[in-house]
Amino acid sequence: MADDAATTTETPDAPTDDRRESLLSVLAEHLGDALVEHHLKPGRGLWVRVATDAWATAAEVARDRAGLRFFDFISAIDWLPSPYGRYEDSVLDVPFPPPMPDRSAAVPGYAGGATRLQMLASLAKPGTDLRVLLKADVPDEDPRINTWVHTFPGAAWHERETHEMFGISFDGNDDLRHIYLPSEFEGHPLRKEFPLLARVVKPWPGIVDVEPMPGGDDEDDEAESGSDSEGGDA
Amino acid sequence: MTLTDSQQLAYANAQAADGRVNVELETDDGMVLNMGPQHPATHGTLRLIARLDGEQVTSADVMCGYMHRGYEKLCEVRTYPQVTTLVNRIDWLGSFANEVPFILAAEQLMEVEAPPRAKWIRTLLFELSRIANISLFIGDLALQLGAQTPAFLAFRDREFVLNQIESVTGGRFHPNFDRIGGLKDDLPKGWIADTKAAMVRLREFCDLMEGLVYGNEIFQTRTRGIGIIPAKVAESYGLSGANLRGSGVDWDLRRDANIGLAYDELDWKVWTHPDGDCFARCWVRLQEVREATKIVDQLCDGMPGGAIMAKVPRIIKVPEGEAYVATENPLGAMGYYVVSRGDIGPFRVKIRSASFNNISIAPWLLKGVYVPDIIAILASLYFILGDIDR
Repeated sequence: MADDAATTTETPDAPTDDRRESLLSVLAEHLGDALVEHHLKPGRGLWVRVATDAWATAAEVARDRAGLRFFDFISAIDWLPSPYGRYEDSVLDVPFPPPMPDRSAAVPGYAGGATRLQMLASLAKPGTDLRVLLKADVPDEDPRINTWVHTFPGAAWHERETHEMFGISFDGNDDLRHIYLPSEFEGHPLRKEFPLLARVVKPWPGIVDVEPMPGGDDEDDEAESGSDSEGGDA
Repeated sequence: MTLTDSQQLAYANAQAADGRVNVELETDDGMVLNMGPQHPATHGTLRLIARLDGEQVTSADVMCGYMHRGYEKLCEVRTYPQVTTLVNRIDWLGSFANEVPFILAAEQLMEVEAPPRAKWIRTLLFELSRIANISLFIGDLALQLGAQTPAFLAFRDREFVLNQIESVTGGRFHPNFDRIGGLKDDLPKGWIADTKAAMVRLREFCDLMEGLVYGNEIFQTRTRGIGIIPAKVAESYGLSGANLRGSGVDWDLRRDANIGLAYDELDWKVWTHPDGDCFARCWVRLQEVREATKIVDQLCDGMPGGAIMAKVPRIIKVPEGEAYVATENPLGAMGYYVVSRGDIGPFRVKIRSASFNNISIAPWLLKGVYVPDIIAILASLYFILGDIDR
């Protein structure tokens, strides 16, 4: 601590990431207002949320302008908390099905969001460790978004999977047959309200194994809470 | 045991029905060839429906899902340490490699770093998984193209690697050895010398295969110039691993996006091939096994001492956040997108498995090829069913 106080501004608390920032500025330049929010974790990753209508455009911009030519995956996230919890309780203890959590209980993650279901996709730049994790809100009633198959033909199967697992439709992808599930399967298994029937029938025995060890004084040895900043800094 | 007449008749009927259902169907616009899920030419339980015009494929469709186990849903009801048991079963030939990206993602969220020795042993087991996985691929490749001997040799020599994995982890196929913050156990006594001896055997295996399979005239005619994937197409389908490097794209996550493993401290090389055909993909894999044996040798020689576990709480709660970590697994890039809500288990896990993307190119690639080439192409794309149907 020989240095004077002025130098403490460059503490390792605020590392910079020039490569990801320039990637972000390229995306921001070409997407304009369609880039709603972003979250940059230096050295870790870049999350970008785009407007729902700009989902297909974002893929083109990322591929043609930012060099993110490698299609990694498409999926979705359901931000509603599971009404079943972690299936700690058997159906004998709680009513089945339990009451659904309120729609407002869905809290979005990095780069924010306003809807319960959100698209999640990853594109990468070959030869580097640069990638962008794209998100977009999907309307609650009639979840529907534009397809990526015209930009990345590999998206076709991922959209089929997302369609059956989350019930999101993709405009422009005319082959949304089930890929994993039987064609007559009803429901969308990765939505939180879809019960994991194996656990409903028989509660997980392993959950009772998590019990305090005798003589341990570091009982609540909590991990220090995450130091990364919340939400976007757009 | 003798069968009654009615039993024999029932058996013959069942055989005939199987033959009808699984093999072919004549329609007005050509023939439909249904390979799988019980067809002799099926790979795993991947079902392929090819529409033929004579000997040529006019369109092909892949049916998967016969082995879908719903790991993404199951992860949501498990605690973080329990997830590794599950994900071991994704690519069952290189099981340990499945655990690594998930553990790294969880460590990233917890801001924990494994001690150097744990990193090196992780890298070592990661590469041993690669050798076990791809050496069997080489044997299986030859088997699919009609040669029997290489498969036996591959099973024989893979055993040397599996023995080494087993003596560290206790599991031949499902080690479940990686922990958040380090590893379950240290290396046993005398293991390093045994591993180096095994690597000599594996290098001999590679030399043998290079002559026996890759130098074989029949193998070359069946793979060279067949199933060409241009680099641009490979990238737009998200092909990874040797399938991408076989198309001339110089990208290896071990070198370019190394997180939490010891690759940047080692001297090794990424192999690529410019041709993009079946031969190129298979050739890159062979070189990767060789390179992996050298990596293992270096890891054995330079193994640092010290702890194998960082200080982590006994009951692991991962702070709120999101992380995506992908590593270069034997089959290609494998990544986990982990969303944590500060609980003892993940809120959502998206598993990006290599084979799903690698095989999604099959309908495009199989269009216009001849029937025998289907086998060569599928064999060279190399997929594990568990890695497609997570």
